[in-house]
Amino acid sequence: MIRFDNISKRYPGGFEALSSASFHLPRGSFAYLTGHSGAGKSTLLKLITLIERPSRGHIFLDGIHLNNLPARRIPRIRRNIGVIFQNHHLLYDRTVFDNVALPLLIHGYHHREIGKRVRAALDQVGLLSKEKADPITLSGGEQQRVGIARAIVHKPPLLLADEPTGNLDPELSREIMELFVRFNQHGTTVLIASHDLDLIRQMGFPVISLAKGTIERNELLTDAQEREH
Amino acid sequence: MRPRQKTKRHKTTRHKPNRKTPSRANTKDTKQSSRLRSYLTHHLQTFVASLGYLSRQPISSLMTSAVIAIALALPAGLYIALDNASRLSAGWDSTTQISLFLKAGTTLKQAEKLATKLRLHKQINKVNIIDRERGLEEFQQISGFGDALQFLDENPLPHVITVQPIIEQENPEGVLHLVKTLQQERRVELAQLDMQWVKRLYTLLDIAQRGVWIIGSLLGLAVLLIVGNTIRLDIQNRREVIQVSKLIGASNGFIRRPFLYTGAWYGLFGGLLAWLLIAIALGIMAEPLERLATLYHSNYQISSLMAGDIALLILISCLLGLGGSWLAVGRHLSEIEPS
Ligand SMILES: Nc1ncnc2c1ncn2[C@@H]1O[C@H](COP(=O)(O)OP(=O)(O)OP(=O)(O)O)[C@@H](O)[C@H]1O
Ligand SMILES: [Mg+2]
Repeated sequence: MIRFDNISKRYPGGFEALSSASFHLPRGSFAYLTGHSGAGKSTLLKLITLIERPSRGHIFLDGIHLNNLPARRIPRIRRNIGVIFQNHHLLYDRTVFDNVALPLLIHGYHHREIGKRVRAALDQVGLLSKEKADPITLSGGEQQRVGIARAIVHKPPLLLADEPTGNLDPELSREIMELFVRFNQHGTTVLIASHDLDLIRQMGFPVISLAKGTIERNELLTDAQEREH
Repeated sequence: MRPRQKTKRHKTTRHKPNRKTPSRANTKDTKQSSRLRSYLTHHLQTFVASLGYLSRQPISSLMTSAVIAIALALPAGLYIALDNASRLSAGWDSTTQISLFLKAGTTLKQAEKLATKLRLHKQINKVNIIDRERGLEEFQQISGFGDALQFLDENPLPHVITVQPIIEQENPEGVLHLVKTLQQERRVELAQLDMQWVKRLYTLLDIAQRGVWIIGSLLGLAVLLIVGNTIRLDIQNRREVIQVSKLIGASNGFIRRPFLYTGAWYGLFGGLLAWLLIAIALGIMAEPLERLATLYHSNYQISSLMAGDIALLILISCLLGLGGSWLAVGRHLSEIEPS
């Protein structure tokens, strides 16, 4: 699903946030991305969603070479990715319902279908009762869960999450992680950046560890190992 | 080699539908038509939603629309004024006349012969002869030189024929041509168009008409810029929405749409307000205008906005609104990228 081939990312100003990172996340897998603050986790996810472009190396998403992808083809790629952002990126000029409905509008769903799916997604993150609320009136954790509902509402084949449980208590964090696992069981490929090492260990999925922009440890199978399988 | 491969591929895709069971093809069709329906629904929703957006900031929406309305009402009003002026002046041919001063030595009989000939001319309405004796009397009365003229041995005046031309509305220059032809007549010493001011009036009207076009174009451009600037501010205000929409994979069309519709709404409201302004202005001026009209013509009708003109005004206004927002969207939307 995602293949990084010797990716380096140097930000304007010269700071190299990623250096020669290579990994392969197969379709249907579930993996965590960890590392200290500033290790380059968000940068890695931004490269997949084409918010940033790599300075060196090649990225393939579902077999598509992302390096030279023209701008007009970006929306199509992003529509197939559900992204949970570190800073929720909610829209404060509309209700929770309308925030979650946005991806469905973009996909051109019928409004009856939209209502059903939005409520199902809000139900899954435990916010069905807040449907009509303004996001600004919600707690940090609730806002985060609205962001999660928005990322999963259109059942994307790939789900990327940047600190999805950052503001949640342990119990809720675990529930959300289990929600992601359920998604994965239905075929969604999942990559989650997280600090929460305890929870990660409990969940028992492969981990990619970043340190200062390089991949320090990769529990995913390497290409050579894949061939052996 | 390549083209052959291509045709081969083409063939297989063409055969594909045949292999499909009819029911599957049907579901695909209904799926597509429901996609189209939801696309159109979304257009409609965006159309209404952008109206909602404007209604949430009524003062600034109204101000923008009012500026557009004034910018459009001005040239439209001038256009109506000119239209009336040229239609009114077209009736003034009855006061225009050409004087033909005949050559000295022309007899009254010869003059009458010429007059009879002129009466048959299709550009001429009425012909009158002022014989030199009567001319002298009139001149003595009017000029006040009566006593002085008595000392002259001979009447210095020639016979004069006055001609009232028919002025075609669409070709006021025709009169000048007639004057030239009459000048060529054997007996005519001098053909003189009285009321040179009619010609001047037409020239002025022509200049004014072009002026209205220039003013109209400039104000149209101003509307384009006003809407463009308003939409630019809207884009800046809704930066967050644009960024998030782009992150979620909204196409450019999806992001553009609400702004374009907003521009079109500005145009529509501007056009409607312009219509209102013109109607009010005409209402204020109606009474004195009618009085003026009756002074010249008993049956003159003031032309105001016809349904077609109103539709055109509003259409132009909508197009300017759409165009202005198109300019802003084209320039500023691509600048906003998620980070
Ligand atoms: N737009 C940018 N311009 C310049 N430097 C940047 C930019 N974005 C990130 N960086 C730098 O790149 C490094 C990696 O940033 P990144 O956001 O990927 O870290 P992270 O692993 O997500 O950290 P955290 O756990 O705190 O979110 C940081 O040192 C940061 O300062
Ligand atoms: Mg981060």
